[in-house]
Amino acid sequence: MRSDDKSPVVQVTGLRNCFGEQIVHDGLDLEVRRGEIFGVVGGSGTGKSVLMRSIIGLQMPDEGEIKVFGEPMIGRDKEEAKHVRRRWGVLFQGAALFSTLTVAENIQVPIKEYYPGIGQVLLDEIAAYKISMAGLAVDAGAKFPSELSGGMKKRAGIARALSLDPELLFLDEPTSGLDPIGAAAFDQLILELRDALGLTVFLITHDLDTLYAICDRIAVLADRKVVAVGTIEELLALDHQWIQDYFKGPRGRTAARRETEGADA
Amino acid sequence: MSVTTEFSRNVEDGHCVLRFSGNLTILRVRKLSEQLNEIEADRITVDLSEVERMDTVGAWLVHKLERDRGATIVGANREQQLLIDHVTAADQPVKLKRDYVPPFTRVVSQLGAWTLTFLGTLKGMLGFFGAMLMAFGQIFRHPRRLRINAVLTQFEVVGVHALFIVGLMSFLVGIVIAQQGAVQLRQFGAEVFTVNLIGRSAVKELGVLMTAIMVAGRSGSAFAAQLGSMKLNEEIDAMRTIGVSPMEALVAPRVLSTVLLMPLLGFFAAMMAVLGGGIFCWLSLDIPPVTFVQRIREVVPMTDLYQALIKAPVFGMIIAMAGCYQGFQVEGNAEEVGLRTTTAVVQGIFMVIVLDAFFAVFFTEIGWL
Repeated sequence: MRSDDKSPVVQVTGLRNCFGEQIVHDGLDLEVRRGEIFGVVGGSGTGKSVLMRSIIGLQMPDEGEIKVFGEPMIGRDKEEAKHVRRRWGVLFQGAALFSTLTVAENIQVPIKEYYPGIGQVLLDEIAAYKISMAGLAVDAGAKFPSELSGGMKKRAGIARALSLDPELLFLDEPTSGLDPIGAAAFDQLILELRDALGLTVFLITHDLDTLYAICDRIAVLADRKVVAVGTIEELLALDHQWIQDYFKGPRGRTAARRETEGADA
Repeated sequence: MSVTTEFSRNVEDGHCVLRFSGNLTILRVRKLSEQLNEIEADRITVDLSEVERMDTVGAWLVHKLERDRGATIVGANREQQLLIDHVTAADQPVKLKRDYVPPFTRVVSQLGAWTLTFLGTLKGMLGFFGAMLMAFGQIFRHPRRLRINAVLTQFEVVGVHALFIVGLMSFLVGIVIAQQGAVQLRQFGAEVFTVNLIGRSAVKELGVLMTAIMVAGRSGSAFAAQLGSMKLNEEIDAMRTIGVSPMEALVAPRVLSTVLLMPLLGFFAAMMAVLGGGIFCWLSLDIPPVTFVQRIREVVPMTDLYQALIKAPVFGMIIAMAGCYQGFQVEGNAEEVGLRTTTAVVQGIFMVIVLDAFFAVFFTEIGWL
C-alpha cells in the first residue's frame, strides 16, 4: 500500500461528452484523492454513469483529459492501458456477473486473464477467501448468479472487483435495489474493505444514508459539470438550489437525523 | 520499485528463517508458493520487515505458512498486520464446486426432465389453443373488442415488411430448382419438363413451406421476444390487473394477422419462384415466356393452388401460436427470452413440417394429385 503518496488517484479535466445534440458533460473537472471514499451524486440524467464509464474507458469522451494513477487514459493503446486497468476494480449496477459461470469462477476470471500461470489450487484458495471477505455465505461459491439474491449478487460483484487486489474501486449505485438492512450492511462492507485493503473508492449513489455513513467527500453533478465538491457539512453551507433540495428535502433530513443519532448512541 | 520478491532463508537445526523483501504480491505468487512448499523445517519464522508492498494474496501465503506450518511472523508493520488479520478472518471452509452427479444419473434425470417438458408443452399448447379460441369467440360476439389498429400494425410487420425477403428468397429458389432440374432432366432429353417441375413444386409445396419458415424466423421469433420481454417487465400482469385480456389484446391480433397473411405471402412466394424459374428457362433453355406461361397453365392443376391456400393459414396459426405461447412462458431473467425465442422458432418450423407431411398424404388420398 502506497498510502504515503498524496497525488490524486483520478484526475478529470475539461471533460466533454455529447450524445448527438445532447451535451451531457461540458468542462467537467474532478479529483479523487488516495484513500478516500468519494461519492458522486446528481439528478437522473446528469451523467453520473457516463462519467464513470469515461474514467474506466468504456465511453470515449469528445474532449478532455483523464488521468488515473497519474497516467493519461485517453488515446492509450489497449495493451498499454492494461497495467493501469489491473489496478482498479468495477462493480456495475446490476453486478454484471457472468451468468454461465459460478461465483467462484467469476472471481477467478480476472486472475486467470492477468496471471495465467497460477495453479487451480491457489486459484480456489484465493476465490474462497475473497468470498468470505465479501461477506458471502460459505456455499455461495458453487452457485450460479441466477441462484443469488440481489444483495448477494452485489457482494459477488465486489468479490470479483477485488480479485486483483485493486487500489481503486468503482461502485455504480451499490445499494440500489437492496433493503435498508442489506444496504447498511453493504455500506459497512465498503468501509471495512477500504480500511483493510487501503482502497480508494469512487462511488455513484442516490442513497442519502450511504452518503452520510461512509463518504469522505461528495461531488455534485449538475448543469453538465461538477458544481460542488466537499464534505456534507461543506455542501450544506452552499447556496445552491439543487444541493439544498437534495440534502434538506424530507429524505435528506431523515438520513441526517439518523446519522447524528447513530453518532450519539 | 522492485517487482520481484526475494526471500532468503537460513536453516539451523530445523529452524528456518524466511526473510522476504520487495513486493509480496500476486505477481510473484506462483513461483513463491512452489518454492515455499519445498522448504523442510520444523520451525519457521517469517520476517516481513523488508517487504515494501503486500497484497491479499501475499498475506494469504503468509497466513498459510502460519496456519499449516506453525510459522511465527515478525517484522510486519501495522498495515501488513491488518491485512494478514483480515485474510485470516476470511479463511473459512468455502464450497466452490457444484456437487458431483454421476453421468448415468445425470443423463437419466435429463431424459426425465425433457419428457416432462415435452408433455408439459403439449398440454400447455393445447390449453393455450383453447384460451385463444375462447378469446376469438369473445371477439366474434363483441366485434368492438377487436383491436383493429393492432391487427393492421401486425399486417404491416408480418406481411408488408416480409415481402422483399420472401420474394427474393423464392425467386432464387425458383432459379435453383430450374437449374438443378434442367441438369438432371437433360440426361433423359426431358428438359422441357423443367416447367412442370417448377410449376408444381413451387405452387404446391415450396411457396408456402419456404414462406412458413421465413415467417417463423421473422415473426414467430419476434412474437416470442416481444411478449417475453413484456412478461419480464410485468406489462402482462399490469394488463390483467387493469382488466384487459392479454389474449385479446396481444395474442389475437398477432394470430389473426399471421393467419390472414400467410396465404397472401405464400401465393406471392409461389409466383416469385415461378418467375425465377421462368427467367431461367427463357435465358438458359430458350423457352420463351409466352410458351412458359402456357405450359404452366396446362401442367399445374388448380388443386395445387387450393392445397397451398388451405395449408397456409394453418401454418400461420401454428407459427403465431408457438411464438405467443413461448413468449408467455418467459420467467425470471433476460436469458430466458433468448431461449424461448429459439424454442418458438424450432417448434414452429417443426410442427409446420410435420403437418405438411400429413397434408401431403391427405390431399393425395382425396385425389388432389
